Amino acid sequence: MIAIPTLLAISIISFIIIQLPQGDYLDREIQRLEEEFGDSSSLAQVEELRERYGLNDPMWKRYLIWITGFVRGNFGESFEYKREVHELIWDRIAFTLIISVGSLIFTYVLAIPLGVYSATHQYQWSDNFLTFLSFVGMSIPAFLLALSLMVFAFEVFDIPLFGLFSAYYEGAPWTWGKLGDLFKHLWIPVIVVGINGTASLMRIMRGNLLDVLGQPFVQTARAKGLKEIVVVSKHAVRIAINPLISILGMSLPGILSGSAIVSIVLGLPTVGPILLNSLLNEDIYLAGTLIMMLSLLLVIGNLLADIALAWVDPRIRYE
Amino acid sequence: MNEIQSTPSQVIEGAQEIETIGEIGQLSYRQLIWRRFRKNRMGVIAGALLLLFYMLAIGADFFAPYRSNEINMRLRHVPPQRLHFSFQDGFYVHGLKSVRNPESLELEFTKDMTQRHAAQFFFKDAAGRRHLFSSAGPMFLLGTDRMGRDLLSRIMYGARVSMTLGLVGVFLSIVLGSILGTISGYYGGWIDNLIQRVIEILSAFPDIPLWMALGAALPPGWSSIQIYFGITIILSIIRWGGLARQVRGKVLAYRESDFVMAARAAGAGQWHIITKHLLPGCYSHIIVIATLAIPGMILGETALSFLGLGIRPPMTSWGVLLEEAQRVTVLLHYPWLIFPALPVLVVVIAFNFLGDALRDAADPYSD
Repeated sequence: MIAIPTLLAISIISFIIIQLPQGDYLDREIQRLEEEFGDSSSLAQVEELRERYGLNDPMWKRYLIWITGFVRGNFGESFEYKREVHELIWDRIAFTLIISVGSLIFTYVLAIPLGVYSATHQYQWSDNFLTFLSFVGMSIPAFLLALSLMVFAFEVFDIPLFGLFSAYYEGAPWTWGKLGDLFKHLWIPVIVVGINGTASLMRIMRGNLLDVLGQPFVQTARAKGLKEIVVVSKHAVRIAINPLISILGMSLPGILSGSAIVSIVLGLPTVGPILLNSLLNEDIYLAGTLIMMLSLLLVIGNLLADIALAWVDPRIRYE
Repeated sequence: MNEIQSTPSQVIEGAQEIETIGEIGQLSYRQLIWRRFRKNRMGVIAGALLLLFYMLAIGADFFAPYRSNEINMRLRHVPPQRLHFSFQDGFYVHGLKSVRNPESLELEFTKDMTQRHAAQFFFKDAAGRRHLFSSAGPMFLLGTDRMGRDLLSRIMYGARVSMTLGLVGVFLSIVLGSILGTISGYYGGWIDNLIQRVIEILSAFPDIPLWMALGAALPPGWSSIQIYFGITIILSIIRWGGLARQVRGKVLAYRESDFVMAARAAGAGQWHIITKHLLPGCYSHIIVIATLAIPGMILGETALSFLGLGIRPPMTSWGVLLEEAQRVTVLLHYPWLIFPALPVLVVVIAFNFLGDALRDAADPYSD
């Protein structure tokens, strides 16, 4: 329930931020027309347009109109695309979700076994090597990794990695072939976005497991004569994994941010590129809606993480 | 034992000193940290590397072979030149021969084996300024960009912006975070509640999209310096929350401790208690968090500038340099434009190792 005031505050802040640049979209449009045609005879229309987009109203009124519309699924109209915002964004949000969830799965599937391995082989060369790798993985900015992978894939395998679909399937209706093509393109952004999270998660898993392995109940389990593999997998990992689920919520902002910037580099049809574009063009309703949507995804993700934690760990109870 | 009685916060340090007297004699808390830090080889290497980078950045006028914006329109996109060595010429590079590519009709450069440009140490350029090494002929060890500017020199000049921006940004978020964190922890009640809610809301934003929105909001008419500080403020505004939380936790723990009670009973003012008793207990913690926060800031600046929303030319940062490499077609033709990514990577990794080493060293229970 605390989520609703948070969302309200977020909506106010995002609305103010996107209004911060001086002038508005129409000012830029007029400037562009003047540069291109030498006059702005369509100026008469401008006032009409201003009225239509509500740019003459004071900010609080515009906000109220926007937010009440937002709740009902009417996000306003994009200046640049001359279309309703909701027509533009749902596809992109879906792709953002696919990439984010994909990276999340990739992160956890890879990080947990690696962390366990690292902890059970503490200070051996394999652990040191993994530690070094994780430091590098944490430090590589996602967009650089995307750029280098793209060049690498092109030079070595001669496959262009731009976009999510091959030219053949672009704009084609959904078929199995198109789905397969999507997956063929999807793994690069999924890995690129997930690498940072994987590295830090691995470190955390290693630390947690090392803590747990030093505890008395693990000693007891060993003293009972259980095999080491049973001790680790049944006793220690189950406890050590809990904090990782509560971190799930915290790793979401990174993944969403990462997917935004990687998409811009790789030209993926997600929220990232359209957000950049709308910000540069002061397409306020589109930009505002996108920022709101990303924050909404985060809040929902946090909620799911809380629920998952309560489900996995019976000691946690919410009133 | 005189000094130990002087302030209660030193009692804790004193206690640690007494514990360790048997092994290594009497050492201050700081000396202990330093000793433990020195044992961490990776941390020391990282620290030394960072010092070197900062020196190169500060002395870029001297260390860089060319001036920052020395444009050479006839030497655009020169590939990196190999440095050779012979006893006759010392270090030298081969000359350049331009050939027009019959397909793309662009000028391309190849080695001219007949020419040798020797590298001179303490070279004096046309403007009369000294450089550590440079050459009378063209010598571009990392190639040039689309305006014929030496990439190596630009990386060194870019370090000034990229590496200080992280420091200034972290300093700002430390100031903001420790003030608000202390207030939040010390006073509690509705102030605490308010500050915690604000932090929650800030952390509910995905950071890069928010940075992008704020970066786009910086007026186009601003000067480079204004943009620099604008970006710094944008980066730190979002990052102070985590620090404030940690400081709050520490202050909460110390607030009810005996030495604070004693200070209160002795009639110490609130300001005195906060600055003399509570904050010193958080110092080591704050330094560690700050060190680990710097790479995030550097990456944030690089990402923003890379997208064209951060530092703007003529100011140079590593992100600005990478912006040229943004398009794949450019990168495929001129792969050396990705070089500025290397210092970003090295500096970020070094800060991570340094922060990790400091954290281990500052933790009194680590041994």
